[in-house]
Amino acid sequence: MPYIPHTPDEVQQMLAAIGVDSIDDLFDEIPQALRCASLTAIPAGQSEMLVQRLLSEKALLDGTPMCFAGGGAYEHHIPAALWEIATRGEFYSAYTPYQAEASQGTLQVIYEFQSMIASLTAMDISNASLYDGASGLAEAVLMAVRANRKAKSKRILMPENVSPVYRQVVETIVKNQGITLELINFDPASGTIDMSTLSAQSEPFAALVIPQPDYFGSIEEVHQLTDWAHEHGGLVIAQVNPIALALFEAPGNWGAEGADIAVGEGQPLGVPLSSGGPYIGFIACKQKLVRQMPGRIVGRTVDLDGKSGFTLTLQAREQHIRRSKATSNICTNQGLMATAVTLYLAFLGADGLQKVAAACVANTQKLIARLETVPGIEFPFGRHVFHEFVVSLDVDVNRVLESLAEQDIVGGINISGQFSLANNACENLLLICVTETKTEDELHFFTRTLNDVLCRLRGSQPDDHQEEEQLRRNNDD
Amino acid sequence: MTKRIVEQQSETLIFELSDKTRRSSSLAPDVDVSEVCKHLPEHLLRTQQLELPQVGELQVVRHYTRLSQKNFSIDSHFYPLGSCTMKYNPRVCNTLAQLPGLIGRHPMAHTSMSQGVMSCLFDLQSMLKAATGMKQVSLTPMAGAQGELAGVAMIRAYHDNNNDTLRSEIIVPDAAHGTNPATAVMCGYKVREIPTNEQGDIDLDALEKIIGPQTAGIMLTNPSTLGVFERKIKLIADMIHKAGGLLYYDGANLNAILGKVKPGDMGFDVIHMNLHKTFSTPHGGGGPGAGPVGVSERLQPFLPVPIVGHNEQAYYWITEQELPLSIGHLSAWMGNIGILLRAYIYALLLGREGMERVADYATLNANYLLKRLSDAGFEIAFPERRASHEFILTLRKEAKEYGTTAMDFAKRLLDYGYHAPTTYFPLLVPECFLIEPTETESRDTLDAFVEALSKIREEAEKSPDLLKNAPFELPVRRLDDVKAARELDLNYYKSY
Repeated sequence: MPYIPHTPDEVQQMLAAIGVDSIDDLFDEIPQALRCASLTAIPAGQSEMLVQRLLSEKALLDGTPMCFAGGGAYEHHIPAALWEIATRGEFYSAYTPYQAEASQGTLQVIYEFQSMIASLTAMDISNASLYDGASGLAEAVLMAVRANRKAKSKRILMPENVSPVYRQVVETIVKNQGITLELINFDPASGTIDMSTLSAQSEPFAALVIPQPDYFGSIEEVHQLTDWAHEHGGLVIAQVNPIALALFEAPGNWGAEGADIAVGEGQPLGVPLSSGGPYIGFIACKQKLVRQMPGRIVGRTVDLDGKSGFTLTLQAREQHIRRSKATSNICTNQGLMATAVTLYLAFLGADGLQKVAAACVANTQKLIARLETVPGIEFPFGRHVFHEFVVSLDVDVNRVLESLAEQDIVGGINISGQFSLANNACENLLLICVTETKTEDELHFFTRTLNDVLCRLRGSQPDDHQEEEQLRRNNDD
Repeated sequence: MTKRIVEQQSETLIFELSDKTRRSSSLAPDVDVSEVCKHLPEHLLRTQQLELPQVGELQVVRHYTRLSQKNFSIDSHFYPLGSCTMKYNPRVCNTLAQLPGLIGRHPMAHTSMSQGVMSCLFDLQSMLKAATGMKQVSLTPMAGAQGELAGVAMIRAYHDNNNDTLRSEIIVPDAAHGTNPATAVMCGYKVREIPTNEQGDIDLDALEKIIGPQTAGIMLTNPSTLGVFERKIKLIADMIHKAGGLLYYDGANLNAILGKVKPGDMGFDVIHMNLHKTFSTPHGGGGPGAGPVGVSERLQPFLPVPIVGHNEQAYYWITEQELPLSIGHLSAWMGNIGILLRAYIYALLLGREGMERVADYATLNANYLLKRLSDAGFEIAFPERRASHEFILTLRKEAKEYGTTAMDFAKRLLDYGYHAPTTYFPLLVPECFLIEPTETESRDTLDAFVEALSKIREEAEKSPDLLKNAPFELPVRRLDDVKAARELDLNYYKSY
């Protein structure tokens, strides 16, 4: 019997000890009318070997395409040692560290995680992690509303260039608490938050969300935005890419006072793409907001002998103590993913993380330069980006992505028609991402394949593209 | 005593192994950072030196391997943590979920390059429907608590859609998990608590009195957190439905009834399942979980998206276009797919007979352990009831006679190499242990646990300080929680 060690004799002895004749007798308190028949709709069990064969076939079916999609899920190199360590049984099969003395491994890892996230974001305090970046943003919104009582407002200023699906998740999670999301436009020329729409806001608000980089990959004027929000009585929620923070200013240092809450998706730090999950949300804040923080927090303390050790702390905020008055209903963090992130940052170090970030920037600019040589591709928001950028195409983006899929390429994300701009330039938009994982050959291959696909779809000849020559000429200019 | 010297050292923090001038990594790309930065807007670049540990690869591996050895885990210890279903996490589930085609797939990959993973998810949806008797399942919630949020949000969306907007209350038993009331509040509801009677069943008279036109629904766990099956569940369902309310099933204890009774048949309208419990996906030191929701027919239009659908040609994503009344998205994509795959693999290995055996042997182990502990003289909270997959033991007698609390017993158990059961939950039984052995433990382990607990009680009688000052054999002694909360030290870089 899979995973059940009992021998027939043991079962008989156990039943005799209990004083019943059969295992079925143990279910005698369930009303007979409710008992179900066998689970016939579920297939019979299979051996490990057969299941392995089945899963291998399914995995082969999906293959290992070349990936140029981002949009919140990013392909980065993951050190080989990382998951070897993270999936050690002692990490993998432990639970929430309720018994601190028997969980010092997990607890110290989380303390180190919190310290690393606080350092990356230049904030005072990080929690032990949240489910993912999207639900993390929702928790940040709830936290900001709780923290900013002075504003007497449940309005959140939400720029339209925050990921559309993040905005949807926030809506799902906060809408039953009377919180409203006020959409802030972006400047159609740069893709970045439009200062004039923001300045036109006259009603009080609890917080402004500032993405860095934004969904289009563009770099926002975070200092100006932060100062504006603070001058108008709102808190600032920084929604950030953790790898970008190796190069770009950390939220704690935005503007004169710094952002109040920093939140984001930790997946780029050592967590595989895995179809979108499990990922890990991180959230960090200023010291004064710590009691509004949702989720688990680990603190360092001492034991009876005065030796230092770690334990869950500030539990009076949480659902198992406060029940209906808790800061959130969350009980878990993403422990295993937090372990992976901690390992990633330890392996890479400050120096390594900066190199990863810089390689992302360099590769992205290389691909932009190549794509500038392809007829029919425009760059509506320019090229001041981190590792993602938007192109507009002269053919239907879905058909382009389908054709690229046939060539085993995930060509990006179709973001056409998702934004409110009454602007023809917002049709046929493709969001492309390039990380440190791409080689010059792959950038060339992608450019050539995309050009071929565009030519084929618009019915022109594909051989009129002189990429390398054009590239040289552009570089000489 | 060389061994003691090693044990008494505090574990070094990774930061203390760091040297800013160390450059050793073959893990980072070769690139000139300052050259790249020249082309970026200077006023938006990082001003403060980034502080992260600079440590050699072997030192990192050794540091975290050593830390891992300071954990209790299922792989290394009996872990009878009630309500958490700490059973064996088959290694093969982890191995196969990490196959390159599965682990490397971008969530926005075209459906034509995603038929493999989508077929797994579709089959998992079907198996969960079959196991629970629900009409449709959405896999997207990322944990039990998020499944609860989705469930109560659906109840609210259902009433709102019927213009039945005066329903403002959710009923929750006093023994419920803390997530239940917290979730109801997150969905904008007022919480009404109902008491439990001496047999561990819901007090039906009290329930009768608070049901009314303001009742949106009730949240129940069955078997309850008291480790007993709510026998009047059909009656409760009828009472709530008659008043126009809906029933929410907290699937925390699904392990106890798999293949025996289905939540759908008990009259529940919406359920969540903790795949990290019943379907044995790893707990990972506190997550990631997975908390799929299942619904009856009337709540189907409100399910969170996306869901995997299937037509003659292929698997496809059911989104809000097809489900316009959906409560929406709960995660950026479709929840914790890597975890869902592990649950799927586990379900394939078990099959229908295996799933039925889960409840059989989880219940056998719990009742056996209950009987052995009862025979050993420990007080069982609900002795006249049959245990489900878990049961409650109260140490109030020991607390009174020896001055040793349930927490003292818990800490001493650690010295004996057992993770402690859940302590002080549910809140209504004093000095309690909630004990859940799970089906994957052998009889020998259960017997040894009884012996250990009996020995500890002898210690409590003869030398109670052994308990009060425990643990002695672990990497640290008992920790000062009060200091931890008063003198917050949450961040290495701020603490020195």
